[in-house]
Amino acid sequence: MTPFDYQRAADAAGAVAAGVRGGAKYLGGGTNLVDLMRETIERPDCLVDVSCLSGGIDETPDGGLQIGAGVTNAAVAADRRVRERYPLLAQAILSGASAQIRNMATVGGNILQRTRCGYFYDDAARCNKRRPGDGCDAVDGFNRNHAILGASPACVATHPSDMCVALAALDAMVTVEGPAGPRQVPLIGLHRLPGDTPQIETVLEPGALITAVTLPPNGISARSRYRKVRDRSSYAFALVSVAAGLEMEGDTVKDVRLALGGVAHKPWRALAAEAALRGRLLTDAALQGAAEAELSPARGLRDNVFKIDLARRVIVDSLSSLAQAREIVR
Amino acid sequence: MRWTINGAEVDETVDVRTSLLDLLRERLHLFGAKKGCDQGACGACTVLVDGRRINSCLALAVQYQGREIVTIEGLGAPGALHPLQKAFVEHDGFQCGYCTPGQICSAVAMASELRDGAPSYVTEDLTAETIDVTPEEVRERMSGNLCRCGAYNGIVDALTETYAPAAEADKREAA
Ligand SMILES: Cc1cc2nc3c(=O)[nH]c(=O)nc-3n(C[C@H](O)[C@H](O)[C@H](O)COP(=O)(O)OP(=O)(O)OC[C@H]3O[C@@H](n4cnc5c(N)ncnc54)[C@H](O)[C@@H]3O)c2cc1C
Ligand code: FES
Ligand code: FES
Repeated sequence: MTPFDYQRAADAAGAVAAGVRGGAKYLGGGTNLVDLMRETIERPDCLVDVSCLSGGIDETPDGGLQIGAGVTNAAVAADRRVRERYPLLAQAILSGASAQIRNMATVGGNILQRTRCGYFYDDAARCNKRRPGDGCDAVDGFNRNHAILGASPACVATHPSDMCVALAALDAMVTVEGPAGPRQVPLIGLHRLPGDTPQIETVLEPGALITAVTLPPNGISARSRYRKVRDRSSYAFALVSVAAGLEMEGDTVKDVRLALGGVAHKPWRALAAEAALRGRLLTDAALQGAAEAELSPARGLRDNVFKIDLARRVIVDSLSSLAQAREIVR
Repeated sequence: MRWTINGAEVDETVDVRTSLLDLLRERLHLFGAKKGCDQGACGACTVLVDGRRINSCLALAVQYQGREIVTIEGLGAPGALHPLQKAFVEHDGFQCGYCTPGQICSAVAMASELRDGAPSYVTEDLTAETIDVTPEEVRERMSGNLCRCGAYNGIVDALTETYAPAAEADKREAA
């Protein structure tokens, strides 16, 4: 680890004042940042500890919930309001990492965690995220865990968060405090696709501080499920995950939410599949067609072609089991 | 910097780069918590902070100032074993023992999470008030602690035996 100064922020304004300085980084639970610093992939000269800021979960006037960026992943998943009104979010968080890591990890840090691509972690490999213009060793390398949607020749890494996949399906908004004052960014617009600049991972300006995530009132809690497919049944990142929510009117799809994890450089809201289903009769053919609509642009690499079929099957199976499931009325 | 470690006030000057695990082992010579991977992937370094389990290898000691830290040395001692330590011996919950301090710290926190009714990924009803201590729940909740010797069956037996009766008693009390 390269040397750094440590300071604990007293409030958001103080954090931003310290955080906008080039070389400074915010510290949440440290479960990603400390690891990357130890590998000298991140080399901040100042850590601004924001883990003690924004630690509450509050009702919003319109009946939603606002979750502070400093709340731990474990506390979000254990919150009774989240479990009752946003079960998709609780499940997604509980599917991720381990109890120990969820106790440390914060909401803000989870959103801005970096990819687990092995070449990003290996300083001896070429990686356009670490050294823009260097090339990407994953494109022709071991790429079983890599992206099938929205990738570019410059980068095929995935965003590893489970929590963000649920937030994408739930239409969550992210509150950001920056040099230019506070603003709201929809979670599905926060992360970028890699394009030619995979080192720029979000639309946030340097020094921007995430202070909260807001969930709108409708948590699609009556029929929703987070399904995660991985190499072992726990404590592993997703190969493919699906956050799905369904609202039915008889046999017709009134509303549907679908987001995918493990497949792209960002949590992937499956808008094409949703559009293909909304207002339609929920038949097998409609489900297959919706999955096809989303996945027809998908491209496999040497080791991850299987993910395209896997994603198709998990989408179809998740939605058809939700359609058959008894509605949970609360 | 100052912490409470196993009930005692500790005051040390350390580099800000020092992990909580290195503080415990290298500075304070508390060798219970182990360094398995140093990247959050094995759980051998698990300790309790204010009663909650964390991986001390990913924790910067500086960030945990003022907090109450408990390691395996604070849970039991030769001659005064923690009930879980006894259960591990009885059920062959270890072979080499390298993962055991982490397993036991982790399990102590798991028990309090269960008492609080916190769900896991395998909990069918997320809104249930109480959760049964089944082997399936225990396996999922303990998945952050790997065991190279594969003593998992003994570990699960030790934990279900120790905590399932307590959970049953809690339920009877509630009813
Ligand atoms: C072994 C292991 C297994 C894992 N498995 C999974 C898994 O299966 N699924 C999954 O989803 N995740 C998994 N994770 C990742 C884990 O969820 C993340 O490391 C964690 O969520 C990051 O949160 P943190 O608070 O520790 O972030 P930190 O490490 O503190 O920070 C991460 C990044 O976010 C920035 N940051 C932090 N807070 C803010 C803020 N408020 N505003 C702006 N920037 C901020 C930091 O500067 C840093 O760049 C795993 C991690 C490990 C180590
Ligand atoms: S040493 Fe900390 S998790 Fe492996
Ligand atoms: S007993 Fe040897 S690693 Fe678990």
